[in-house]
Amino acid sequence: MRLEPIAQPSLARRLVPPALALLGAFLVASVLALIAGGNPLAVFGAIVKGAVGSKFALLETLNRATPLIFTGLAVAVAFRAKLWNIGAEAQLYAGAVVTAVLGTGVLPWPPALLLPAIALTAMLAGALLLLVPALLKTRLGVDEVVTTLLLNYIFLLFVSYLLEGPLKDPMGMGWPKSARLIAEARLPRIVEGLRLHWGFALALLSAVALWIVNARTTLGFEMRAVGQNAEAARFAGMPVTGVVLKTALLSGGLAALAGFSEVSGLKGSLTLDLSPGYGYTGIVVAMLALLHPLGVVAAALFVAAIFVGADAMSRALGVPSYIADIMLASALLMMVLAILLTKFRVVRD
Amino acid sequence: MDIFEILTSAAFWAAAIRIASPLIFATMGELICERAGVLNLGIEGIMVAGAFAGWIAVYMGLPLWGGVAVAFATGMMLGALHGLLSVPFGLSQHVVGIGLTLLATSLTFYTYRVVLPEVSSPPKITAFQPYPIPGLSEIPGLGSAFFTQTPLTYAAFALVALVAFVLYRTPLGLAVRAAGESPAAVAAQGLSVTAIRMGAVIVGSGFMAVGGAFLTLSAFDSFFFDMVNGRGWICIALVVFGAWKPGKAMLGAILFAAFDALQIRLQQTPIGALVPYQLFLMMPYLLSILALVLMSRRAEVPAALMVPFNKGER
Amino acid sequence: MTGPHDQKAQPVLRLSNITKRFGALTANDDVSFDLARGEVIALLGENGAGKTTLMNILFGQYTADAGTVEVFGEVLPPGNPRAALDAGVGMVHQHFTLAGNLTVWENIVLGTERLGALRLDAKAAKARIADLSRRFHLAVDPAAKVGRLTVGERQRVEILKALYREARILILDEPTAVLTPQESEALFKTLREAVGQGLSVVFISHKLHEVMAISDRTIVLRHGRLVAERATAETSREELAALMVGGKVSAPKIEARPAGPALLRLAGVSTKGEGRAPGLRAVDLTLHAGQITGLAGVSGNGQKALSDLISGLVAPASGQFEIVGEPVGDWSPRRALARGIGRIPEDRHRTGTIADFDLTENAVLETYAQDFARHGWMRWGAARAQAESLIATYDVRCPGPETRIRLLSGGNMQKLILGRVLETAPRIILANQPVRGLDIGAVNYVHGRLAEAREEGAAVLLISEDLDEIMTLSDVIHVMSEGRLSPGFTRGTMRAEALGQWMAGEGFGRVADAS
Repeated sequence: MRLEPIAQPSLARRLVPPALALLGAFLVASVLALIAGGNPLAVFGAIVKGAVGSKFALLETLNRATPLIFTGLAVAVAFRAKLWNIGAEAQLYAGAVVTAVLGTGVLPWPPALLLPAIALTAMLAGALLLLVPALLKTRLGVDEVVTTLLLNYIFLLFVSYLLEGPLKDPMGMGWPKSARLIAEARLPRIVEGLRLHWGFALALLSAVALWIVNARTTLGFEMRAVGQNAEAARFAGMPVTGVVLKTALLSGGLAALAGFSEVSGLKGSLTLDLSPGYGYTGIVVAMLALLHPLGVVAAALFVAAIFVGADAMSRALGVPSYIADIMLASALLMMVLAILLTKFRVVRD
Repeated sequence: MDIFEILTSAAFWAAAIRIASPLIFATMGELICERAGVLNLGIEGIMVAGAFAGWIAVYMGLPLWGGVAVAFATGMMLGALHGLLSVPFGLSQHVVGIGLTLLATSLTFYTYRVVLPEVSSPPKITAFQPYPIPGLSEIPGLGSAFFTQTPLTYAAFALVALVAFVLYRTPLGLAVRAAGESPAAVAAQGLSVTAIRMGAVIVGSGFMAVGGAFLTLSAFDSFFFDMVNGRGWICIALVVFGAWKPGKAMLGAILFAAFDALQIRLQQTPIGALVPYQLFLMMPYLLSILALVLMSRRAEVPAALMVPFNKGER
Repeated sequence: MTGPHDQKAQPVLRLSNITKRFGALTANDDVSFDLARGEVIALLGENGAGKTTLMNILFGQYTADAGTVEVFGEVLPPGNPRAALDAGVGMVHQHFTLAGNLTVWENIVLGTERLGALRLDAKAAKARIADLSRRFHLAVDPAAKVGRLTVGERQRVEILKALYREARILILDEPTAVLTPQESEALFKTLREAVGQGLSVVFISHKLHEVMAISDRTIVLRHGRLVAERATAETSREELAALMVGGKVSAPKIEARPAGPALLRLAGVSTKGEGRAPGLRAVDLTLHAGQITGLAGVSGNGQKALSDLISGLVAPASGQFEIVGEPVGDWSPRRALARGIGRIPEDRHRTGTIADFDLTENAVLETYAQDFARHGWMRWGAARAQAESLIATYDVRCPGPETRIRLLSGGNMQKLILGRVLETAPRIILANQPVRGLDIGAVNYVHGRLAEAREEGAAVLLISEDLDEIMTLSDVIHVMSEGRLSPGFTRGTMRAEALGQWMAGEGFGRVADAS
């Protein structure tokens, strides 16, 4: 077989493969549900109900989508420049650590000053955490996939140390968690009485901002050029190394906002189970969104709905909630194949 | 106990060899894939799946070697999926590998919950027992350390010899090395790059899974969710550290395992008590990054690693 | 020995009515020919005439839509890459298919043994290779790593690969493109030896003098069709040239004129090599306004180093580098552009354009920061207008500025790059292989535009492996060999043979001794 580029892909060509990929993911999940003794229709029904079936469920989905938008954007911006940042998990925790440190009363500032200060410092921490692998890549040619992955483990152990040492909550009754944030350091709710905080709005804002950067600014142009063909970008006079480093700062910063938003908006303190793999799920979100910032919002909502729904379904029907992870991982793999098939046709010869 | 005492004790080296064994299996698997031109980031997930598959097979009544075979077959199936997407379709090996790790891990956890819905702690099996090799294990000094291991450890070292032999002494190995360096040369000689790369990824993934199974069938006797814990990523670093050569990669794995064994023992010393234990646990990952940095300048990376081959294209 | 035109003998190779279409393009249209034992056929045609497609069909890389291939009377199964090899056809590709980290013998043995075999007999293989080397005058060390060999040696390995498989038919695709005239002569000697021992040869080329020198029969392809077949002894270079391009070649007229002021000057410049590629070694070069300076040489002898230096990718390690009398300071592609250097890169696909970007984005790739952005914001409207203007001015055939550039033909892609360069009115133009792989229309267009730029006072550095192109267009010719640069030879004072000696590295010693 051979792949042949399609000059002008038709609308069907561009839509059918991705649709089939999503369908395929549902099919995989159905088979697995059957194996676990569940009726696929009942399972999906329960997932939908659990995700959007009530006001509570819907808010839960939006809350779960918030960190995924941030990590999805972090991965999307990096992958677009072919910077393989698999370390969003660690960068998320970097933002969370900064929030837990600065949000517990060391800065006696009003919220209007304190929250932006914490957010920016958190971004800086996440940015610096990705800058190390990015520098190793640009200076020494060390593959950033492996270094960012390894840094995830290293940083989580560091957080574990902090929670058992310097950041340990004296009121935590031995449980490894940080002290609760002061009220001034908490992101308020968007609407009083509804359990949805401003972190969600910040996530939407970030997506729009990144979209504008991509489409309208020289940096966006440069990031795309470097990702598509670094050699040509360098020849054309683009500062390739600088662009990669800027991309790293942007990506790490976005991932760190997820940690900030979770600690400041949702949890109020830092624990080791703050993120159930939001950094890794961000990869799925970004790929399903075809690396488009606005697509990230849609994909994050979809992914969050599946997770929230699967939890509820699991409680109701007893089918393990890991079915959601499987569905998303298979959606990721089928989607990358589907994207290829929107641009190439397979020919025999 | 001071460091010198630790380093000269048979128990220390026995532990180092034991810790190295799963790394050797998985590193050989990754090395085979990369020599053929495919970076396999599915390694972490494949190890998780292998650990579970081998263990559950034995739990359900297969003999231990049957469990190893089931793990190998599981790895090959996952490898076939990686190969299909990354070789004929030429999709990004980064994305396919990460996706496969996510898929294999979640499939494993799902299956665990479906097969063992009620258990609160995973059941134990009877794992491989150390088998002292007559004669060799009685060599004074470190003889007992190296030759009182489980059969699966001996198999790991035999695998290194086998991989080296095949790569450097057989027509098949020649074809694999050429596929990772210049797929066009392979195609021009009438061989199928697709078949060679697929084969390498499938077989290599099989060995990764056996590396995972070592954890459940030899190192421990049960399956835990986070038992692989980044070992796959460490193996990728070991392949680089070993400059894509089986012997050197094996030495890297042993060196690495020795550090790991050392940090476990240092934790129990008076110095160890002064340092947070997390620092010790970080050592393997920090060492891996260090290894990558040290080798970055002179690594002899296969020229066509991560370069898809589309025939008829020049 | 069987004569080339022995009608009684069965043809060793017969292509019958081969047709191959790619979408709307017919790459091969009903092509048929025979090759007799001991015969040398030249397959002549421009780039894109269908030569390579034809050979890919013979070797099973493509399946023909119609037609058959017969080797020694047996029809080859279509689409099987092994079939032609096993039937005794060997191919020497234009772009070598060798693995650099393997040794010579490993490259040769690759694929000849059963993959299931338990061992590889290195000793026997090396002995056989040594024997073949002697018989066919192909000196090469079987134990050497291919990555360390010269281009000429690599080609010998390629030929040995075919002979090791006991090929009876040799197909060589543009074999002399990478050789000095002297090395080409050695290759011809090997081929004559091979024919003497009963092999048959298909020699693919677009160099007419070689076709005349080596072949018994010439087959001309144009636009995928076989347009003519001539006994080489009964035709002429002129006739073949006309048949090949189907019309008159119109090289631009370059009239001798006094040189303008020096715009770019290198004095004793050396650069670091990159991997196996040599860097520059104490190069002296001056580019004058209103002149085309041609750079001849076998590829891989430092042309890339010189091109990288002038385009800003590499800074000099030592020596002086001045532009219009001012030394360059920090050196980068952006500074090169700012100092008025327009660059046509060697590889338009990999370096010159970004395949999935549209024409607008590619048109402003070099100038977006200065001319199409304000305070970091892109001015896409202006960029699009620029692309439209380039498309119109430089005759880029495309559906519109939003077309992805990968969909354009090589010629149209090159016209966009040319337009991008010329629109900035550069004082110095670096044209590295500007017409490689283009059809004759595009070649004439590019050459014409470069000649115009010369008329308008630009200093043009033309780098090419095609000596004819260099000799036709240049006011001054330099030759590069192993990173060294020969003195300049003004138009008309140099013959191809003499340049060939410089290309082979002769003469540099004498210059060094004299200085």
